[in-house]
Amino acid sequence: MIAEDSVLLRVGLVKVLETAGFEVAAEVGDAQALLTAVAEHRPDLAVVDVRMPPGFTDEGVRAALEIRERWPDTAVLMLSQYVEERYAANLLASNTSGIGYLLKQRVADVEEFIEALRRVADGGTALDPQVVAQLLVRRRSDPLERLTEREREVLALMAEGRSNAGIAGALVVSESAVAKHINNILAKLDLPKADADHRRVLAVLRFLGV
Amino acid sequence: MTIPPRLRRALVRLRRDLLFLAAGVPLHAVPLLLSFWVLLQLQDILGPASDFGTLVLPVPVTLLILAAYGLTEAQRWRFRALCGVDLPRLRFRESKRQWAYNCLIGPLFGLLELLVLGVLAAALTAATSLLWVELLGWEWRVDHRGVWTWAGYATAVGLLVLAAVPALAGGLVRLENLVGRAVLHVSRSEELKRRVEDLTTSRAGAVDAADAERRRIERDLHDGAQQRLVALALNLGLAKATLKDLPPEVRQVIDEAHREAKEAIEELNSLVRGLHPAVLDELGLDAALSGLAARAPLPVRLWTDLPERAAPAVEAVAYFVVSEALNNVAKHADATRAEVTVTRLGEILRVVVADDGVGGADPSGGSGLKGLAQRVRSVDGAFRMSSPVGGPTTMTVELPCTT
Repeated sequence: MIAEDSVLLRVGLVKVLETAGFEVAAEVGDAQALLTAVAEHRPDLAVVDVRMPPGFTDEGVRAALEIRERWPDTAVLMLSQYVEERYAANLLASNTSGIGYLLKQRVADVEEFIEALRRVADGGTALDPQVVAQLLVRRRSDPLERLTEREREVLALMAEGRSNAGIAGALVVSESAVAKHINNILAKLDLPKADADHRRVLAVLRFLGV
Repeated sequence: MTIPPRLRRALVRLRRDLLFLAAGVPLHAVPLLLSFWVLLQLQDILGPASDFGTLVLPVPVTLLILAAYGLTEAQRWRFRALCGVDLPRLRFRESKRQWAYNCLIGPLFGLLELLVLGVLAAALTAATSLLWVELLGWEWRVDHRGVWTWAGYATAVGLLVLAAVPALAGGLVRLENLVGRAVLHVSRSEELKRRVEDLTTSRAGAVDAADAERRRIERDLHDGAQQRLVALALNLGLAKATLKDLPPEVRQVIDEAHREAKEAIEELNSLVRGLHPAVLDELGLDAALSGLAARAPLPVRLWTDLPERAAPAVEAVAYFVVSEALNNVAKHADATRAEVTVTRLGEILRVVVADDGVGGADPSGGSGLKGLAQRVRSVDGAFRMSSPVGGPTTMTVELPCTT
């Protein structure tokens, strides 16, 4: 499912999704058509542009929130021309699984984009590094201050939605080192010992301040 | 037959002068007639046979006062259209001078104008007296012997007077111009006040126009060039990802093009950010600034307290200030961190950008800082800078936002 008002880009996105092995159920040009199409096809994943007709402001985000509310099983990947962390925060506030927020230009790196698509479709998260950076600007003093530089990097990558292996690859360290960092982070953020994955989400949420 | 240019100019001027005088007659006649009416009424009231039966005096007096205003406009038109003299538009406070011009000096000029026009008419008649005599027929000429001689004299005198008419008319026009400008002028301080008002309005218009233009360019780039570039980069990326068995040279070319396209997107993005980002319009200063802070190459703390949005022009200036300031900090300050504070204090939007860099920034030197100060001044803002050598640097900008 693709909602994007620029025809050129829409055609490109369809190609990318088909290359990645997705089946494109529908492609639409505005928020209203998006909701109708989602109701009809019930896709696994909707790729949505933030700025769409008629207002060219945040129609896409509002449509995405509605999709999340009415069909929680549908994963949503937002594409935006510029970083607007409040949109991302709005989306993440309800549920962090199956959510993505990427800058439009990221689609140019086709392989990374496909990876993000898969991650979101599988119920993961994909946040643009710029969104993460912007969320970081907001924080003033909180337990995050206690983290070391490396631990912050690890947490930022966690927030982008990477797995331990993904983080290890990005930072060029071993996976066990990543696990150690994550344990330190969880300890420093005073997150109670429970199901490991759950704590991971909590840490990310704490980090994003949502 | 060609008319020599000097003569042509003289004729044009004469025509203009005569038109000016002719237009003046009815305009000046109005207060004159009204004054007569007033006098007649007064005579009725004060005369021996008065029984106070016709107490309509207030009517002509009111008309006279009203005429004084309406006529000023008509006079302004006359001066502007015929003499190219722009008399200032007078307000109520200057009503005395308007009244004096229209009701006291005006009738006098009306009489002079009438006189000049009358002289012209008489001179024309006299100058053509030979023709009249010819037209009257021979029987009349037989009865009036010596009429040819008299007609000849009359023609000569008429021509002489006609020759003097241009000078006469021109003189009167000049006199009217002098008196009009002397009486219907605006005092110096009033003139300055109006000038300031005009300038303030036109500057605000210019600022808004520039702002709207920036916004339009951003829209165009966003909806056109940026989308196309992203689509191009996407297609190149697709080619890279799918066409695996290409010769290495071709791969390299595609790689190169892909990278170029991505760089172009980045460049375009930063260009748009410098102009007027859409997020500023849609979500306001807070959201736009957090984007700036996040993209800065050094850690930036952002603190905003904006209970309500300011005027678009003010928001644009505040955004520009922070953008430029952070650019400067990144380029010159050698700082490890910066802090941006934006607060709304009643009618004032205060923007403070501080860094822990080396200091020594000179607002009179760098063109960046100068441009920044100019942009602040364009909305009547205040710009202060404290940057001792060795740091730290604090820049404070206060922008008035009257709602």
